[in-house]
Amino acid sequence: MSSNGAVVIATDLTRRYGAGDTAVDALRGVSLGVQEGELVAVMGPSGSGKSTLMHILAGLDHPTAGTVSIAGETITNMDDTALTKLRRRHIGFIFQFFNLLPMLTAEENVTLPLSIAGEKVDEKWLAELLGKTGLKDRATHRPSELSGGQQQRVAIARALVSRPSIVFADEPTGNLDSKTSGEILMLMRDSVDAYKQTTVMVTHDARAAAIADRVLFLADGKIVQESTDITAEDVVRVMQGLDS
Amino acid sequence: MLRVTLKGLAGRKLRAILTAFAVILGVAMISGTFVLTDTLKAGIGQIFTSVYKSTDAVISGKSAIGNGTDQNGSNNAPAFSQSLLAKVQALPDVAEATGGIGDYAQLVGRNGKVISNGFAPGLAFSVNPDGDQHFNPLNLVSGTWPRGPHEIDIDANTASKKHYAVGDTIGAIARGPVQQYKIAGVVKLADVASIGGATFAIFDLQTAQQLFDKVGKLDAIDVAAKPGISRATLVAQIKTILPPATQVRTGQAEAAKQTSNSNSGASFIQDFLLAFGGIALFVGVFVIANTLSITVAQRAREFGTLRTIGATRRQVMRSVLAEGFVIGVLASVTGLFLGLLLAKGLEKLFDKVGFELPAGHTIFATRTVVVSLLVGTIVTTIASLFPAIRATRLEPIDAVREGVLPPSRLARFGPFAAFGVLGVALALLLVGALDHGTSTVNRLLAIGVGVLASFIGIALLAPKLVPTLASALGWPGARVGGVSGGLARENAMRNPARTAATAAALMIGLALVSAVGVLASGIRATFEHAVDVQFVGDYALTSQNGFTPTGIASEAAATKAPGVLSISGVRGAEGKAFGHKVQVTGVEPNVDTVIKINWIEGSSVAQNLGTEGAFVDKSYAKDHNLSLGSPINVETPSGKVLNLKLKGVFDPPAGGSPFGQVTISAALFDHSFQSPANVYAFLKMAGGVSAANTAALNNELASFPDAKIQTAAEFKKSQEKGLDVVLNLLYVLLSLSIVVSLFGIINTLVLSVFERTREIGMLRAVGLTRRQTRRMIRHEAIVTALIGAALGIPLGVGLGLLVGTAIGSFTIAIPVGTLIVFVFAAIIAGLIAAIFPARRASRLNVLQALQYE
Repeated sequence: MSSNGAVVIATDLTRRYGAGDTAVDALRGVSLGVQEGELVAVMGPSGSGKSTLMHILAGLDHPTAGTVSIAGETITNMDDTALTKLRRRHIGFIFQFFNLLPMLTAEENVTLPLSIAGEKVDEKWLAELLGKTGLKDRATHRPSELSGGQQQRVAIARALVSRPSIVFADEPTGNLDSKTSGEILMLMRDSVDAYKQTTVMVTHDARAAAIADRVLFLADGKIVQESTDITAEDVVRVMQGLDS
Repeated sequence: MLRVTLKGLAGRKLRAILTAFAVILGVAMISGTFVLTDTLKAGIGQIFTSVYKSTDAVISGKSAIGNGTDQNGSNNAPAFSQSLLAKVQALPDVAEATGGIGDYAQLVGRNGKVISNGFAPGLAFSVNPDGDQHFNPLNLVSGTWPRGPHEIDIDANTASKKHYAVGDTIGAIARGPVQQYKIAGVVKLADVASIGGATFAIFDLQTAQQLFDKVGKLDAIDVAAKPGISRATLVAQIKTILPPATQVRTGQAEAAKQTSNSNSGASFIQDFLLAFGGIALFVGVFVIANTLSITVAQRAREFGTLRTIGATRRQVMRSVLAEGFVIGVLASVTGLFLGLLLAKGLEKLFDKVGFELPAGHTIFATRTVVVSLLVGTIVTTIASLFPAIRATRLEPIDAVREGVLPPSRLARFGPFAAFGVLGVALALLLVGALDHGTSTVNRLLAIGVGVLASFIGIALLAPKLVPTLASALGWPGARVGGVSGGLARENAMRNPARTAATAAALMIGLALVSAVGVLASGIRATFEHAVDVQFVGDYALTSQNGFTPTGIASEAAATKAPGVLSISGVRGAEGKAFGHKVQVTGVEPNVDTVIKINWIEGSSVAQNLGTEGAFVDKSYAKDHNLSLGSPINVETPSGKVLNLKLKGVFDPPAGGSPFGQVTISAALFDHSFQSPANVYAFLKMAGGVSAANTAALNNELASFPDAKIQTAAEFKKSQEKGLDVVLNLLYVLLSLSIVVSLFGIINTLVLSVFERTREIGMLRAVGLTRRQTRRMIRHEAIVTALIGAALGIPLGVGLGLLVGTAIGSFTIAIPVGTLIVFVFAAIIAGLIAAIFPARRASRLNVLQALQYE
């Protein structure tokens, strides 16, 4: 599976929760690679293991077996400090519930990863991001003064601000209405195209999958299908097949 | 990251303020204490400096024992012969010298009762009405200086409070019966109407000498040097002619000495009050640690998110510590100024009750600022250490998990740690209580640390006890409170660690008041037993306050009452024996008729004391290896040595006896000690205690308003008054720590309501009324408070018994009524704490609450 230019490489990942009779295998041998500048969507019904897969790829959870490497570094056995440092340099996150800090303004939320890492803000890049995400007029607003879509735009800008090697998005449209979801998906596609931002997105939104370069379908902890250039209708069909 | 912390705090103002209150009160106590006692000391210093400002040297009597003041604060320095004055005046470098008397006399009001302000003394001075008042520290407010045997000057405070003016008649009592004087003038001392509520009675020198049995004697000589003569030269010159039992100091040194005598009292008050500030802060640590722990748990997602975007564990920990630090700084600053206000308020109050201090000199020392800020900040930061460590246990994955903080990895060691700490606590307490080989300071230290350790131990154990306790204590609430009571009980049991920590803060205050209550009731029981055993007379004759000695003249007066079968006075003063200060008492031969003495050696001891006999108690005999016939040498304050022989040994009950370490005959006592006085006298009357007998005695004592006739029961009560005052003071001071723990309960409830917003919304949506919602929160508060009581009161009783055993002379007597009052106090505390959170919960908008994420 490994190939040159791959930002994320996962090999034979298994994840077992619990032990004995009650043990649940969330992943049963998943291998994948994500190329630079690629937008990959991971889909699957509830309980297919897609969230577990993303958590392990992002170093939030540990696999029972198998390895993950990000930007050439194997993260599976990294200690907490090394992993934190790696996150600063290479990983951006977008969450279903936005996870913004309520007491910070939009702009402060965006630059938070830099201030945590003690790095200077590249003002030009910040202006570019705020422009791209349409937050120029909202920079001094707090999350509570923003709509759901605007909050997710802040989260996207925050994920991009440190120009990470990879952005992980966990159901980025899961908490938004359909019109707003469409706008957010366009923004993500746009950021991949404009900045070559490698992105892995877990979703069960068929339209989300349709903007991806590649869609991985997961069922029972395994990748059961991999498609490129797939339409939303095709996605729905595949998913119905997996459910039955 | 610091900005995130600060902004976070700003975003949770209410919580930050409630948390801060846990520290503010303790810091305010500390800063208030410093300001008040510093001001007091400075005021006292200023008074004495101005008293001696024109005096270059002071000659005074020198007590052979101690510093010239006895346990009751009375002056026991011997007066000296007036002939010294002429010799001093004849010295080449002396420009001027005046002699005077300083003693105690009480003013008697129009109603025939003594005028007194609490425990403040009645001071008496002499003045020379014909002199130029060069040395006189007193200033006339109106009238003139007293002249002749029928005139008096009084202090401005008494004059204004009791409405006396120049020309009026007022009574005064010293050694003999009350006498009436014409008020010649009203005075202030160093421009203060009164010091500490003391009354002044001022006479001319001859009148004072007569009144205080000091004819031909003086208590002090004030000396001024000729121009160009240094004070040191003057003092050296005076020293050459000083007779024994006198001393000379420069005016400055005398002022400093008197100031430091008074200041040692102020320093004691300072240490005492600071200790309670410390206790309040200790409780504050629990409250803050718990509040921050809850906040950390509730912000699990926030910390998780910070971790995913690159925050290290250390940064997370630092952010919680920084939060504690900032709260600590803000709370300390607030507490510092609150303490200043408190001290100012108390000063005003003192002024109102006649305890006037020189105005406009509130001392706000740098030390006050530094200590208050440091202590408050350090305590808060330490308290936030535990939640900070918990926060590091949050993982990046918590950004996407439902916010549940995993139980601390150390939690399962909790019970072991608890038993370990409790074991250490018990060991320390036992050493403190029972190891007589260790020094008192170390034993007290062991007890103090042991008490703290026992609090921590119980607090560690509490999470394991909470489910059972909450279930049992919540049961009545569940019965009477219906669904609200039931839910409240479940809520209290839901997060045992949280409930336990909240209750633990209240536990500390309740344990301390219970311990104090048990101690006091044990001491009281022991004392009452001692009185019951020994008090075989019918009446006791004491001074009005029960502890200041009263003149022998009142005993003589009481003797004249019809029906008196026997009357026996017990004199008291300080002396020195075997190199140590001892309490010397003098008894009359008939003492056996009114006091039952359990003699273990000697026979007819009281009758046979004569002029060289003495008796001592069992432990004193043992300590100094005394047996019948052993010589005992007692030195009086004037330096006279009494060569005595042991004639008897008695065994007093645990609660003590009316006698000092060494007892001699009253005849010898009156012959040897200056101004002999009775501590008590006891009487036996034909017909025992009866209204007629009481009236007869009071009739004879009409001209002795400072004396009081009491039955055995009244005697017990009045002797216990001091204990009651101390007990009430302790309760008031300890209630501060209970108030701190109230903030803990408020915090926990507010945070719980916040956390359960959605749940409460759901309950409201399915029909829980606002009333029921409020009741649910109230019941939860009561259950928490009762857990605090269930942990604290038994612990306090145990500690009280242990400490009581340590001080000895202690009977086990559990004050059940008082303890029940404490339980109700805990319930009321819970109700008060619930008011605000309950209101918040009941006012939640159902729709918003349900949507709340």
